[in-house]
Amino acid sequence: MLALEMYRSVAKTALGKVAGGRMPLLLTGAAAPLRMVTLEAPRIEHDGWARLRVSLSGICGSDLGMLSGRTSLYFQPLVSLPFVPGHEIVGELIDPCGDLEAGTRVVIDPVLTCAARGLEACEACARGETNRCSRITVGDISSGLQTGFCHDTGGGWSQQLSVHRSQLHVVPEGYSDEQALLAEPVACAVHTARRAAVRPGDRVLVSGAGAVGLLATLALRELTDAGEIVVVAKHAHQRELALQFGATEVVAPSETLRRIRRATSAFMIEPEMMAAPYLLGGVDVTVDAVGSKESLQTCLHATRAGGRVVLSGMPASADLSAAWFRELEVVGTYASSRGSGDFATALDLVGHDAMCRLAKTVAPYPLHRWREALDHAHSAGRLGTVKVAFDPRQTN
Amino acid sequence: MTRPGFVLEVDDRTPPLLVHEGLGFRLEEFPQGTRVIYPPESLPTVPDVEEAIRESLENPVDSEPLRELMFPGMRLTIAFDDLSLPLPTMKAPDIRGRIIEQVLTIAAEKGVDDVEIVAALALHRRMTDAEMRHIVGERVFRSFAPSGRLYNHDAEDRANLEHMGQTEKGEDVEINKRAATSDLLVYVNVNLVAMDGGHKSVGIGLASYKSIKHHHNAKTMVHSRSFMDHKHSEMHSSAWRMGRLIGEHVKVFQIETTLDNEVFGKPYDTLLKREWEWSLRDQATVLGLRRGLAVAPQKMRHKMFHDLRSNYGLTGITAGAVEPVHELTVQRVHQQQRVKVDGQSDVMVMGVPYLGPYNVNSTMNPILAACMGLGYYFNSYLRQPVVREGGVAILYHPLDEGFNTLTHPSYVDFYEEVLADTNDPALIGPKFEEQFATDPWYVHLYRTSNAYHGVHPFYMWYWIAHALDHLGDVIWVGGNPKAAARMGFRSATTLRDALEMASSTVGSSPSITYLRNPPHLLADVR
Ligand SMILES: [Zn+2]
Ligand SMILES: [Zn+2]
Repeated sequence: MLALEMYRSVAKTALGKVAGGRMPLLLTGAAAPLRMVTLEAPRIEHDGWARLRVSLSGICGSDLGMLSGRTSLYFQPLVSLPFVPGHEIVGELIDPCGDLEAGTRVVIDPVLTCAARGLEACEACARGETNRCSRITVGDISSGLQTGFCHDTGGGWSQQLSVHRSQLHVVPEGYSDEQALLAEPVACAVHTARRAAVRPGDRVLVSGAGAVGLLATLALRELTDAGEIVVVAKHAHQRELALQFGATEVVAPSETLRRIRRATSAFMIEPEMMAAPYLLGGVDVTVDAVGSKESLQTCLHATRAGGRVVLSGMPASADLSAAWFRELEVVGTYASSRGSGDFATALDLVGHDAMCRLAKTVAPYPLHRWREALDHAHSAGRLGTVKVAFDPRQTN
Repeated sequence: MTRPGFVLEVDDRTPPLLVHEGLGFRLEEFPQGTRVIYPPESLPTVPDVEEAIRESLENPVDSEPLRELMFPGMRLTIAFDDLSLPLPTMKAPDIRGRIIEQVLTIAAEKGVDDVEIVAALALHRRMTDAEMRHIVGERVFRSFAPSGRLYNHDAEDRANLEHMGQTEKGEDVEINKRAATSDLLVYVNVNLVAMDGGHKSVGIGLASYKSIKHHHNAKTMVHSRSFMDHKHSEMHSSAWRMGRLIGEHVKVFQIETTLDNEVFGKPYDTLLKREWEWSLRDQATVLGLRRGLAVAPQKMRHKMFHDLRSNYGLTGITAGAVEPVHELTVQRVHQQQRVKVDGQSDVMVMGVPYLGPYNVNSTMNPILAACMGLGYYFNSYLRQPVVREGGVAILYHPLDEGFNTLTHPSYVDFYEEVLADTNDPALIGPKFEEQFATDPWYVHLYRTSNAYHGVHPFYMWYWIAHALDHLGDVIWVGGNPKAAARMGFRSATTLRDALEMASSTVGSSPSITYLRNPPHLLADVR
């Protein structure tokens, strides 16, 4: 079968420091850590596993981070090279899987928990907090926190992969593949909204209006009693989308702190020596949906004392003075948890009007045009696309 | 040798005319038939300023001499106009300082020792020590500032405001407590335009937001036609009601001064001459200046212009009771600035210079530029505006001089948040004003730093309400298109383009009038 394979770690060779408006040439050029290969389709001979034919598989910010080496070395032991990336997957079962017949259309929750690894449930898994599973490097399959980072299972950027019954959710009747594709990122957003612990009327800032930010905004609007939701957007069309997804107000990165200051009657402090200004006062909850140093800084600096900063997406390093001095609760939000039914909620949300419109804008590429696809995904915000995906059924 | 204001009609012999645009100017070829209104040349000045001041204090209008109003043990407060007047800053010594010295001399002779001096800045920014020293002079500054008896009025210092009641129209009158509870309040004015002075001095200069908001709103300002004609100005009617109420509580001794038109000192004095009278040397000077400005970095141009000091001469001084004093003052201002103009035109052209009342030693951001052109210059008329209803205003200003966050912090938010929402002065007020006016951070910066009050940009915008209501289109030549659009205007590169754009509103051969400001002129349009 055809597949895209990540075959060496960019982080290790420290090649990832290249920046620029477009995907660094390094990553789509000859030295890229990704290549197109013909592989044996992955098969896992353990209970509960089946083969899945991929219909669509999205490109996520974490994929780009991994490919460009921006991802922290922290994650390196949690993957098994070489692997096929792709964890936002909709496809059809080739084999029957437990109670599901062959041909069933499913989306997958990519987290590879104790259940998939043939292990007794760890404490987290036992509580249903599957995204907190601590056995992701052992068991029946090679290490890998998720499908798409694990050598044995394969991933979505190929024609086929192996999936475990514990990961599968049946796509409801009437949903398009594109809608179904969005279920996984929406499930993460649902989880983010829960982790945000928004109280009724709370003011929320979402920094970033890419896929993560937009979906988080929708989840916050639909699942919490948040008051104002201010979204930081860089590009004009993102403003429009953010409003459709439930933002009360959309601001540009350069004006964020000033706008929050105004809205919350906060005081603005401007340290010397070009250090970033910060607020005394601010919003109740912020969500960093970018993961850059600037974005995280803005979140830390715009949150009121005792407020909550949610790290959605992989964070950059930042000055944590505010977290200490302002007694902020900095919480991570990773994937989604099965015990809370995040995926079921996500599949409901995918039916939302704004989601249906978004699904129509998904940009699919055949596997062999991976350089263009990655480049497009990298510039998605600028180009007006929210989700770029691979469609392995397309051959030209 | 002074000549009155002058209306010229451009013909094929007319040289290019000077048009100010921010930190620079251009020489513009106007279409033939354009009317150009030149301000009158300077009136004669008083021969002996010290003597004139003495004379006015000894022989006030409708009042006993100042000396007679003073007695030992009294509370005397002297208030004066802040740095928003005159423009540009006057060469030292400032007329206010010279008057204050004489008032203090009389007070000393009469054994008055409870004296405080307060800058009546209303909701303007606090002045720096250097700015304050320039106005009152070194001696007064050294004698009063260190002991805290010379200070900027603080319209947000609740403990030092006095609510004096409401006018018959329900307007709150709340002013500086020290001033309100003095036995005598002496107010020292500089009356640069007809709008300044009268009951506006104490009633607004020493007031709080609670009081000022009654007349500084879109409705009142649309109904002020013009601001330069206090009998047809709703804002002034309100201030007059308030002033009369203040007069029932505290004795006000008003001193008003008028200046001539010498706004540009050397080497910029050529800019005041009429172009067709330029000598070869004048032409060389202007060309040299233009060349210099073209290559000078923004910072240097800013310094060149903002360091400029005027050679103002005193054309008159009157003291006594507020209203009769102001009548005489207005007459003198009119005498200096009034130009008779026959009928309105379809298009009005105005150059907006680098300086307005609210950016002294700071930058003229787009909102201030709009206020300067559409607030000040547009409203510089008697009877009716220079441009007809539905006509077009063409202004020159780059609209990009940036926002100074030290002096104008709330302007940035106003520009990004309020103007992004709506440009309509009538909608802006109810929706945003209160939030900005009471924002604790702006209040803090107004009180402790050198920031205009949070509500100030709203006033600038209300001030252009009448122009927006009256005009069919506003086009900025050389204006940053983004800034123009944010404010609801259009921009053009050249006058020709601007006229082309205006043609959809006023046709392809409109009548055009160019107001050659500065110095100030007052168009008396019949
Ligand atoms: Zn992802
Ligand atoms: Zn587990």
